[in-house]
Amino acid sequence: MIMEWALILLDILLKIAAILLPVILAVAYTTYAERKVIGYMQLRLGPNRVGPKGLFQPFADVIKLAMKEIVVPTGASRSLFILGPILFIGPSLAAWAVMPFDAELVLADIDAGLLFLLAMTSISVYGVIIAGWASNSKYAFLGSLRSASQIVSYELAMGFALVGVLMCSNSMNLGTIIEKQSGGIASWYFIPLFPMLVVYWISGVAETNRAPFDLAEGESEIVAGFHVEYAGMAFALFFLAEYANMILISCLTAVMFFGGWLSPFQGIPVLDNLTSWIPGTVWLLLKAGFFLFLFLWFRATFPRFRYDQVMRLGWKIFIPVTIVWIVVLAVWIKSPFWLWGAS
Amino acid sequence: MDKVTILVMGGVMSKLGKFFKTFLLWELVQGLRVTGRHLWKKKITIQYPEETTPMSPRFRGLHALRRYPNGEERCIACKLCEAVCPALAITIEAGPREQDGTRRTTLYEIDLFKCIYCGFCEESCPVDSIVETRVFDYHFEKRGEQIMTKAKLLAIGDKLEPQIAADKAADARYR
Repeated sequence: MIMEWALILLDILLKIAAILLPVILAVAYTTYAERKVIGYMQLRLGPNRVGPKGLFQPFADVIKLAMKEIVVPTGASRSLFILGPILFIGPSLAAWAVMPFDAELVLADIDAGLLFLLAMTSISVYGVIIAGWASNSKYAFLGSLRSASQIVSYELAMGFALVGVLMCSNSMNLGTIIEKQSGGIASWYFIPLFPMLVVYWISGVAETNRAPFDLAEGESEIVAGFHVEYAGMAFALFFLAEYANMILISCLTAVMFFGGWLSPFQGIPVLDNLTSWIPGTVWLLLKAGFFLFLFLWFRATFPRFRYDQVMRLGWKIFIPVTIVWIVVLAVWIKSPFWLWGAS
Repeated sequence: MDKVTILVMGGVMSKLGKFFKTFLLWELVQGLRVTGRHLWKKKITIQYPEETTPMSPRFRGLHALRRYPNGEERCIACKLCEAVCPALAITIEAGPREQDGTRRTTLYEIDLFKCIYCGFCEESCPVDSIVETRVFDYHFEKRGEQIMTKAKLLAIGDKLEPQIAADKAADARYR
């Protein structure tokens, strides 16, 4: 009996490792890609000293962070201070459980996958608030408030955008959502849901506190935001979670609107046969990689929003736009002009 | 249509145009195009230890004391550099040399913490003895090392003489 349980446990742990290790490696190389891409866009070279073309730079950074001391400020709530980063990174890694990497390649093929994702992405706001409050620093506190209100506000628009996906696919299971989009580029949901895609993507950028919505770490106003007081590995956890969230949002955009692991050549006579040997994961990664690149591109391009502008965009533009489009979509789906699968 | 209607229509049209421009994120796309173009442009980074920017023959870096080709030191202890130095960084003591009794410096020190690298010492020198070389990347590890003694300055001069002579020749036309 115990042996069976141990085997099941081992099996689950191995599966978790098989997902999280690539994710963490991807995070490491996202930081590298970010520095390179932004450097190139500013006519610089970016990191190029550690290893060929600077390829080992992420490892050097990790080693540096790992060797640093974790300083707990005086007056900080010690246990909560440690708990904050853990609560922040936990959900952002847990969300990967429902990510379908290929037709059969998903750790937890649950029916309410979409709901689970929404829950996981919003629950990480607790980590932010706790970290900001426990630091006993006004900058961390203000930063955590900003970050929290931003995440909560954009959660709404994001949820509404996903309602559109729900209406199209009639399913909360991510695998089913992808399968409903099969049949080539024309049947992907980004065409009927284009406004939703834009809203979802921009909300995703805001949700991950990335530029141009990185108010939570406005250097000139509140230093580094809710994680000012963190150093060493505790800081690295925040960093890891932020980038894991970026990758997650990129993958989700690919899944919801661009057919996930579906090949873009489906239904095209010759190309479909030529590319059928490519595993679906590659397509998913290519699509997600494009969105990840957009994150970096945005950061290199746009100046930071003012805080009231961020709130205005979230509440007064995105939410009305999504609500209007949901109504339009409902009528459209019931009309004979709907071409994206019966519902 | 009368004029007023046309004006109102025009106003509505421009507002509509603005509305669509905002919603299609037109200006944001333009911004992305700028950064997108720069991604492919030639990078202008100078990778410093391997590459350097072009440097003038008049570059004013670390000091050196020069010698004549026969090995005799140029400095005759006229103290013009000490007098002209605006930062009072140069200290000179003069006296007859033991072997032949010629006037030489017994002490020639430049405090690099005081020096402002203005190059007046080099300009004032009648025998082109004190010069500022192209060396700008140096450091001190112990207190007191910033005092450049006569021996140190002469050693730098001996080491860099070909470069110094070439720079002097290149700049000679303009002096």
